This record gives sequence, C-alpha cells and structure tokens, in this order.
Amino acid sequence: MRATLQKHALALLATLALGASQVAAEPKRIVAAGGVVTETIHALGEAGRLVGVDSTSLYPADALQRLPNVGYVRALSAEGVLSLRPDLVLAIDGAGPPDVLALIRQSGIPVQLLTEEPSEAGVLARIRMIGAVVGQKAAADSLADRIALGFARLAEDRARISRPKRVLFVLSMQNGRVMVAGRNSSAAAMIGLAGGINAVETLEGFKPVSDEGIIAAAPDVIVMMQRGDHAVAAADLFAHPAFRLTPAAADRALIMMDGLYLLGFGPRTAEAARDLMSRLYPAANRDRAEAVPRP
Amino acid sequence: MRNALEPGRSGSGREGVVALLGTARHRRAVLWAAFGGAVLAGLFFLSLFKGAVALSVDSLLKILGGLIGNGSLPDTRESLILANIRLPRAMLAMLVGAALAVSGAMLQGLFRNPLADPGLIGVSAGAALAAGITIVFGERLLAPAFGKLPFAILPVGAFLGGLGSTLVLYGIATRAGRTSIATMMLAGVALGALSGAMSGFLAYLSDDRQLRDLTFWALGSFSGASWTKLAAVAPAMIAILVAAPFLSRGLDALALGEAEAFHLGLPVQRVKAAAILIAAVAVGTSVAVAGMIGFVGLVVPHILRLLLGASHRLLLPFSALGGAVLLLAADIVARLVVAPAELPIGILTAAIGAPFFLWLLLRRQARPFE
Repeated sequence: MRATLQKHALALLATLALGASQVAAEPKRIVAAGGVVTETIHALGEAGRLVGVDSTSLYPADALQRLPNVGYVRALSAEGVLSLRPDLVLAIDGAGPPDVLALIRQSGIPVQLLTEEPSEAGVLARIRMIGAVVGQKAAADSLADRIALGFARLAEDRARISRPKRVLFVLSMQNGRVMVAGRNSSAAAMIGLAGGINAVETLEGFKPVSDEGIIAAAPDVIVMMQRGDHAVAAADLFAHPAFRLTPAAADRALIMMDGLYLLGFGPRTAEAARDLMSRLYPAANRDRAEAVPRP
Repeated sequence: MRNALEPGRSGSGREGVVALLGTARHRRAVLWAAFGGAVLAGLFFLSLFKGAVALSVDSLLKILGGLIGNGSLPDTRESLILANIRLPRAMLAMLVGAALAVSGAMLQGLFRNPLADPGLIGVSAGAALAAGITIVFGERLLAPAFGKLPFAILPVGAFLGGLGSTLVLYGIATRAGRTSIATMMLAGVALGALSGAMSGFLAYLSDDRQLRDLTFWALGSFSGASWTKLAAVAPAMIAILVAAPFLSRGLDALALGEAEAFHLGLPVQRVKAAAILIAAVAVGTSVAVAGMIGFVGLVVPHILRLLLGASHRLLLPFSALGGAVLLLAADIVARLVVAPAELPIGILTAAIGAPFFLWLLLRRQARPFE
C-alpha cells in the first residue's frame, strides 16, 4: 500500500516538474489528446482555448462536433496537429507515436504529457497540472479539493460496507467471446473505489475469458459500458450459458454506465464511483446518498 | 495471372525477334518511362504543396528556392513543416515504394510464382514478430535501462527480425551450396504460420493500448518520417535500387527453369542468394521505417508486366518507378482525406491499386490476343 502511495506521489511530482518547463506563459490554442484532457479542460471552464481534440474526446458529447478531430490519440499526425496552429499540445502519457510527438516538439510547439494512472492520485494530479498549465491554478485547486472531498466521503462509505459484492466488468461480448477486466485495469480501479471486489483477479488488464472462467469468477453484479456493441441487454447477457450460471443472473444484476464517465478517471470520477456504489448497494446507500452532497 | 508471366517464359526466345523489331517496343518503354517520371514529379510537387496546413504556391516556391539556392530556411511554421515533415516524408514514401515493388518483382521472378511477395522469404513475418515483441515487451524489459523506450528500438528490431528470419529460411532451404526454391517456399509458409501464431499470442498478452499499436503498425504509415529516418535507410535502399537491375539477366534466364539457366552458363546460386538478400534488406528497411505496407510488392510488378512485358531489364526499374508513384499517391491521400488526422497507408495502397489492377485484367481479357 505504501509503495503504491509513493508511486502516486512520484508520478505527481514528475508531472508537476514536467509542467513547469517550456510552456508559454498562458497557452491560448491547445490541442488536447486524450478524452480525460478534453474533459478536464472543459471542467475548468477553459474550453475556449481548445483548437483540436483527439477521437477519444467523447465528453462533453459535442466536443468532437465543435472542434477538429486530430485522430486517434496513439496515431496522431504531426502536420495535422500543427495545422491547427497550437501553442501547446496537452496529451496523456500514451499519446503518440513518439516520433510524431518529436516532430511536433521540433517545430517549436511544446508537448505536455500527463500521467494516465487510474487512481485518486492520478485524477487529482491531472487536474492540478492542467490547471497550472492553463493559468487557472486556483480554479484547479478548488476543483481538485472538491473531488478529493468526494473521494474521502467515498472512503468513509466504503468502510461501512460489510459484505462487498463481487463485480465483473465486461468490456465486450463479440461472437460470444467475452472480454473482462482483470487486475490493474481502469475498471478494476473503479470497482475498488465503488467498494466492490473485482471478480477476475487472475487476469491482468482487459482479457478474453472462457465460459468456465466466468462461472468460476462468480460475480454478484455485471457492469458494462453503455455504448455501441457493448449495449447488450440484460436478457441477452443472462441467456449466455456462462452468465446464466453466475449469482448475478439470479437477480439479473446488470449495471450499464457510460464508458468515459466510468473509466475515464477525469473530474467526474468520484461522482461515477458514488453512482456505481449506490447501484451496487441500493438498500444501504439510499439514506446515505442524500446525506452526502455530490462533489 | 499466369498469362502475365507468359511472355517472360519465352522472353529469351523472343529476344532475337525483339532485337529486329526492337524500336517499337523500345519507343513504348521510353514513352512509359517519360510518362511515369512526369507523374512521379507531379505527385512529388503535389505532396509538398498539399497537406493539413494550407500553403500557397508562391510561398512554396520561395521556401524551395531558398532551400536549394543557399540552403537556408526562413524560420516560419510553413517552412518548418515543408522542410521537416513533408520533404522527408515524400522522399521516404518514394524510396519505400520503389524498394517494395522491386523486391516483389525480383521474388516473383525468382520463385516463378505470380503470388510471390516478401512473405515467402519470411521477412515480413519475422519483422512483424519482432515488432510485436518490441511493442508488447519493449517497455517492460528495456524501460528500466533506458528510462523511456528509445524510438529506435522498434525499427531496428523489425529490421533485424526480418533479416534474421530470411537467413533462417535460406539456411533451411540450402543444402550443399544449393538453395531449393521449392523448399524455401514451403518452409516460408511454415515459418509464416509459426510467427503468425506467436504474433497472435502477443496480441493476447498485450493491453488495449499495445493492441492498438499492433493494429496500426500492421497497416503501415509514414507519419513519423523525418530526416533522421531517411538518412538511416536511404543509403541501403539506394544501393539496392542500383544493384537490383544487375540481376535482371539472371532472373530472365531463371524464368526458363533452373536447369536451363545453369546450362546457359548462369551462376544460378549466386543470383538466387543475391536476389533473396537484396529483397530481404529492401523489405526489412521498409518495414522498419513504415510498418507493414501490403499490396505494393505484389501488384505493382503485375501491373507493369501487363503494360511492358516480363523482361526484368524493364520490369525492375519500372517497378521502382511504379512503386514510388503508388506509395506517394497513397500517402498524399492518407494525409488529406481525414485531415487533421490521417489514415494508415496500408488501407490506401490496396484501395488505389486494386481497382486499377482489376481494370487492367478486364481490359486484357476483352482482347486476349493482343
């Protein structure tokens, strides 16, 4: 536990140190690469500075309609990004390809990278850093403080859960092949925040799982994303021979939530975790949910 | 498809006739060369002129004039984009296109198989496997030593993987100083299946980011082109393009059959070894800088055989020209259609080249005796 905390602290320091260098006093034309970057800039009320976003910028829903799309975050085009005349490219750590980022830097445009850590510390670090970069330090601090408070209350409520449920996150079910979230995935982190136990801890990341693996995982609740082919109705899901034999099938326990809201680890994360928690534990949370102001 | 190779089979026999009637065919080749050269020059200019950033002809000429005149660049965004992004990218696309098409033509001649492509000598499979290993394990294994993964690891890995697997295949197929083309083809299929299986396993192990990288790599792109990359691969590629035509007599003779070529006094084994090595280096360097780009090596030589006949003396240089034209055109489209984003080029080479090839085939079938 301490090791993880230290890692988070280091990640935070590293991002802040990066943030301090080279960026123009107050960038006015920003290209955001990564859904969480776009979302955070909007949350800080600085959307006016955006001149382009990547194709994973799905929140706010109209961001991609209003702004030019620079493509998938890991397959950016140097000239495409430069054509928007940015004075800063703000991107998640996994943005690339690296040689395209190098070309953008060579053209004199600073590229800022942000940690992608799917954790409370990661969420706060991203907000504070983006705030510092766009010259909205105070706004970012107060947003981060509010979210930190939300996380703290979430932790209190988690401590009250006596019988945590086993939660299985299903990424997709194509041709009967089921992809689930193993340990060290963003979904596992979210399940942990919401007070659940990730049902598949033997796999790492998002992986296909066998039918028997699903039965062995014995999830009490299935969580899926509400988007495109992920939207498989509960009826279909529990008609699946493996899911039919899980405890979740008994109460047809399927929770569907928006993908970026649930897994984006942006400013809405505490809220999303609270949402998931109250849907996982409807009875216990009914009274608590009203007592706690939403961050 | 076999028809396309037919003239080559009787090529040497016809040589005498061609020498008598030579002028007509000669003139046609010269016309095609002039036409191809003009198209390539036009595309080159277009690729410098067009892009996500709008550039006027005026400023383009001014920048180019300055660059050629006294090697200086005004410190403007336009000139940086032109000099650091478009220029190396266009040159890289032409070189890679030429190298891929020439190696495709050589391998089809060597294997006497119209479906031969770099896959048959294991180079793509080996490169793909090495790239997959780098993408999936590179960061985990090398990051502690280097901090962040150095860019050069992936291209160098892909190149070595491609060359290495060709050498393995060559070793398997060579007994007592003789390389059996049939063994090489079969072993190539086996090695391809094996490395396909391993690549599949890598895809299973990868996280979703790495999986995306694998997919994009398999579709190819020139998006990271730079002078550094160009300088790293240009010497090898130019050497190959210069060396390849020297094999054309040998490849023409091999088209008659190995025994026949041997009796004509051809150093059969040396031609084979040289063709395989040249193709492996050409494809290995291409894959290293641009990822997998399908279709160019397979179909450009076929198109040119339909237009010019199968003699390698014409086919090899024209393949270089045709490959350069196809990839440069495809790259222009890749950069423009979804700007400011861009498409992987592997999608476009097939989308542009395949209909053209089908049209040629249909036209030929309509007049089979031409």
